[in-house]
Amino acid sequence: MREEKQAKHHNPVEIEQQEWKKRRLNDRLKQTLTIASPIFLLCLWEFLSQTDLIDVRFFPPPTEILRTFYNMIVSGELFHHIWISLYRIFAGFLLGAIPGIVIGLLMGLYSPVRHFISPIVMALMPIPTLALLPIIIILFGIGDFSKIVTIAGSVFFPVVINTTAGVVNIDSIYLDVAKNYGANSKDFFFKIALPGSLPVMMEGIQMGQAIALLTIVAAEMMGATSGIGYLIWTSYKAFLLKEMFVGLILISFFGYLFSLVLRFLQKKILPWR
Amino acid sequence: MREQTKISIRNLTKVFYKKNSSVTALDQVSVDISEGEFVCLVGPSGCGKTTLLRILAGLETTSAGDFEIKQGKEDRPLQSMVFQERGIIPWLTVEDNVAFGLKMRHLPKNVVKERTDYYLKKVGLEKFSKLYPKELSGGMKQRVSIARAFANDSEILLMDEPFAALDEQNKFILQEELLSIWEETKKTVLFITHSIDEALLLSDRILLMSAQPGKIIKEIKNDLPRPRNIEQIRANQQTAESFIEILKHLHEEVQKSRK
Repeated sequence: MREEKQAKHHNPVEIEQQEWKKRRLNDRLKQTLTIASPIFLLCLWEFLSQTDLIDVRFFPPPTEILRTFYNMIVSGELFHHIWISLYRIFAGFLLGAIPGIVIGLLMGLYSPVRHFISPIVMALMPIPTLALLPIIIILFGIGDFSKIVTIAGSVFFPVVINTTAGVVNIDSIYLDVAKNYGANSKDFFFKIALPGSLPVMMEGIQMGQAIALLTIVAAEMMGATSGIGYLIWTSYKAFLLKEMFVGLILISFFGYLFSLVLRFLQKKILPWR
Repeated sequence: MREQTKISIRNLTKVFYKKNSSVTALDQVSVDISEGEFVCLVGPSGCGKTTLLRILAGLETTSAGDFEIKQGKEDRPLQSMVFQERGIIPWLTVEDNVAFGLKMRHLPKNVVKERTDYYLKKVGLEKFSKLYPKELSGGMKQRVSIARAFANDSEILLMDEPFAALDEQNKFILQEELLSIWEETKKTVLFITHSIDEALLLSDRILLMSAQPGKIIKEIKNDLPRPRNIEQIRANQQTAESFIEILKHLHEEVQKSRK
């Protein structure tokens, strides 16, 4: 009887099973914490502002913001702003990312091009595109196109720099393999340089996406009559803080959505990673 | 000479020059390798054996001297290289890696398919053809590398320590697999290795190199009958003596380079 008990106590599978259960419990706890944290923040906010512990004028309770959000959707006002901002973001993103990729590939592949262009890129990069907004408005007017150009200018730099780095940092052994097996320059580009640079290039595109969102809000604060940035700015000036918070939440939502979409694309494009 | 010379290397010298100092990696290396011969190049680290191979592979230029690889059948590439561990391309599937040389030569699709499938089967990877290299073990990766080189059907094969990173068990298995594929095609092979056992198992002839500057200072005939396996290498009296001879040579060279 005693022996049996001892044997049971030392059953390795059982011990490991208990360990596994502990680990699973631990994982679930972490998941719960992750989900709970924003909910906790919102509840705290709701509570503090309902009980007047924080100023309701500056921090309207989340339920009020939600109601405003709903009303703005019903009135159709919100979709107009969202649509115009998304259009500017997409157009600006493409206008910045495509030349960024092309120039980045050229810089990565041809070292004279790299040595010629990189000082220009390095010199222009630290200048915030927003500081150039007055010039951009003079050049391109106050319409959509000037916002698109502003975003493009911000997106271009991380994309061009990462694409160049992506090509330059391809492990030299793959270049040797291509040369040894007689790849011509077209094959080299499509089989080695382009796929090899994609992971780092995609990181640049991720960064560009984040910067595009930061830029759109600021660009729409100056000389715009629509868009999420305009919504935030005019609501703020008119002291309609609920409306302003709706704008802020939209930006946060789209930022999250875009990075999810890009991460999904990354998995599709880079199955070998 | 009874057999036809396939590779002839004449007074090949390679100097690396860097800011007022130069290093002679290869010093007047001359050697002939016959058609169908399996030659192993053994020497201490840094003796220039990889440099020699890279020159033959067209990845490095010579400083002086020259070499020739005889063209047999037309439209066949002169050489293909089996690289060290990381030589297979991570963004291509196993299948596309094996087909790489053939695709670079733009051969008809059915030819590419047929030869790729043949060598995938030879190295036992036909089930893994759609996988990416990240999903393969080290031994499987080197099988891909070997299949790629053989599928390309070049005049000669160059191998740069292809099994150096493998564990011993895998090494034995791959060595014997390599021999069985090689015996079918009888390609001329120049194979670099650190391992004396490996050289004795694989080669017809072993070239010993000196420490820097690299020269070929000795050659050892290895005419143990084929097919061979690792037990024979260990049991045979003659190869045991060759082993000691090569070992002594390597020790001497390492000592010399320390002085």
